[in-house]
Amino acid sequence: MHADAATLKAAAAQTLKELEGRALGPRDRLAIPCQDMPAQDPMERIRNMNEVALGYSAEQARVEASRCLDCKNAPCVQGCPVGIDIPRFLKLAAAGDFSGSLAVIKESSLLPAVCGRVCPQEVQCQAPCTVGKSLKGVEKAVSIGRVERYVADLERAEGRRAKAVVAPDTGKKVAVIGSGPASVSCAADLRKAGHAVTVFEAFHRPGGVLIYGIPEFRLPKAIVDDELQGLRDMGVSIETNYLVGRTRKLADFMSEDGFDAVFVGSGAGLPTFMNIPGENLVGVFSANEYLTRSNLMKAYAKGEAATPIYEADTVAVLGGGNVAMDSARTALRLGAKKVYVVYRRTIKEMPARVEEVAHAMEEGIEFRFLENATRVIGDDKGRVRAMETVRFELGEPDASGRRRPVQVAGSEAELAVDAVIVAIGNGSSPLIPQTTPGLNTDDHGRILVDENGMTSLDGVYAGGDIVLGAATVILAMGEGRRAAASINRRFLG
Amino acid sequence: MNEILEKKKLSDDVYSMTFKAPRIAAERKAGQFLIIQLDTSVGERIPLTIADADPVVGSISIVFQAVGETTHRLAAMDVGQSIANVLGPLGRPTHIEKFGRVLCVGGGIGVAPMHPIARAMKDAGNDVSIIIGARNKSLVIMEEEMRRISDKVLIVTDDGTYGRKALVTEPLKEACESSAPPDLVVAIGPPIMMKFCAETTRPYKVSTVVSLNTIMIDGTGMCGGCRVTVGGKTKFVCVDGPEFDGHQVDFENMMLRLGAYKGQEKEAHHKCHATLGIKEEVK
Repeated sequence: MHADAATLKAAAAQTLKELEGRALGPRDRLAIPCQDMPAQDPMERIRNMNEVALGYSAEQARVEASRCLDCKNAPCVQGCPVGIDIPRFLKLAAAGDFSGSLAVIKESSLLPAVCGRVCPQEVQCQAPCTVGKSLKGVEKAVSIGRVERYVADLERAEGRRAKAVVAPDTGKKVAVIGSGPASVSCAADLRKAGHAVTVFEAFHRPGGVLIYGIPEFRLPKAIVDDELQGLRDMGVSIETNYLVGRTRKLADFMSEDGFDAVFVGSGAGLPTFMNIPGENLVGVFSANEYLTRSNLMKAYAKGEAATPIYEADTVAVLGGGNVAMDSARTALRLGAKKVYVVYRRTIKEMPARVEEVAHAMEEGIEFRFLENATRVIGDDKGRVRAMETVRFELGEPDASGRRRPVQVAGSEAELAVDAVIVAIGNGSSPLIPQTTPGLNTDDHGRILVDENGMTSLDGVYAGGDIVLGAATVILAMGEGRRAAASINRRFLG
Repeated sequence: MNEILEKKKLSDDVYSMTFKAPRIAAERKAGQFLIIQLDTSVGERIPLTIADADPVVGSISIVFQAVGETTHRLAAMDVGQSIANVLGPLGRPTHIEKFGRVLCVGGGIGVAPMHPIARAMKDAGNDVSIIIGARNKSLVIMEEEMRRISDKVLIVTDDGTYGRKALVTEPLKEACESSAPPDLVVAIGPPIMMKFCAETTRPYKVSTVVSLNTIMIDGTGMCGGCRVTVGGKTKFVCVDGPEFDGHQVDFENMMLRLGAYKGQEKEAHHKCHATLGIKEEVK
């Protein structure tokens, strides 16, 4: 399962030599071996915060890209939320033209180094890939994301990123609220069009969920900082410690501060709890809190960081998404001896990326499927000592098409744990809708927008998780770009 | 940004500090608070209450006790230096209206956040009385400022070194039993004090508002670290509060949660004392 980078690179070099000069038919391409992602050794990596997946070598990137059949109908492009011309970028990568390859990606995506790492490719571009279908396994599809990551990382490593071309000043001012993927994409497109853009971030450090939510071992913060620096270099101004709704009301931006349009990309920051007894005991955390302490506040750097993080030997994480995987793997790295992921369905229904689940399993996280917590039990000091669980079995499919878990009568049991992390999803951040009269939301608190991304308030646009509910980086990015395009049209009109 | 304009030592380990923060000074209302962080890379974010604000100068004042790593470091800063990160104003403002007789009970440094609330209550036409409680004379703060708001200020100390020798709950109980009981009590201070204030007023059915100060990270409703149980429901102090009906708050749970990091904080505290050259008393 686990192979080291040098071995993989050497094998790829050999493959490349064999392929050289040959005209490759589909059959030949299907025979090219899938390129595994080199990764840190599991037993090693659970003791550090460094990135787990180490990235392809040039040889591996070329071999993997060579597996693409260049299908006429390009089903992969249909699977990509922002419609990247995948066959074209893979063809250039296969030929070794990595900067040309990246240029193709950048026509559609602004954050390739991020998306290459965090996109759920197996349900997007790689799901309909003909190679995967021919070889009867989505895991055998062309690893589009890994090649994307390689060409983006190479540019950064070589420091040859070209400064974005910015159109002459239009005299228009736009406020962008939040600094996560939706906002960053929106701000970049608006600035390129020549508008003055100010990004307002509540935290002391910009980047949104990419900074506070996704751990270093999955997305190095240097990559996010680099993207934000790119934004600043274009002339986008970023104001931190600015909570729209409290520091200033959204309405004031347009009525008093002279902004011509506003984009709200404030995300899905409201943690969902289980609403079970004992949830407010000491040692129960929302994944947001646990991950923010570790990621943004760097609590993992004990002795250096002033923010503490709860010390626990046995940790239960509730949930089955990426956030649950991130929480479980963070707990392990912070010194937990045993980490459980408790999920009420089975591995098949888990929304987490396949790679994250595989990594978590390699690292020794114990998955307890078809199980859920019904109560958290404390000791005499109000600290978590156990969790009451029940077992489920899968019944009829529900509205989402997944088989509904049904509780097994009399299956109550006690699981000894000393911390519980609740990672069952996030709701939309309520502060801006609450403090902005006339801004309409749906029953879940998500801001309602029209087909142009505009809200019920004229000139106020929204996108990303505040509109979608907790979704993905690439979808948020697409939303930010759509709103930017609408704002541009508004200014021209 | 956030340049320190004035710093005063109010007692042994209690300081008042005024710094530039024009946006916050313009927006803040009684009852709101701030989050500050001294080091953008590795500092912790801590909530602090706002004692006063001057929208003309564009400054706000805080009163804090040097009890943890960040407050010790803050106390060691001087006029002219800047606080790296200040976020605010946070939380819902105090609900101000004409209630009639309002009794403000401030314990320890809880007197500081009480100051703007007492003034706003006064400005709304209430008959405001104030009880200031402290362990001893040296810990009584902002007496003069409070006397400027109300001529009914009572000082009590635990050891009787100043004012009446009593806990704040004694005059509070007397007020509830008097012929002119308060229509509203606002109590701000250590959790245990707020708890007993709420217990004191409960049998008299006197509405009692408390302002909670729990562990926070973002202060924007994102982490839920500050959550408390109020009337059997989970509330976030940072966005639903900081003020709640004292008769509904589960203080026991809140106090347990405040102690979540006690062991680690102690360690950081020792280390911080050592770096700052503060000698620790052996207790």
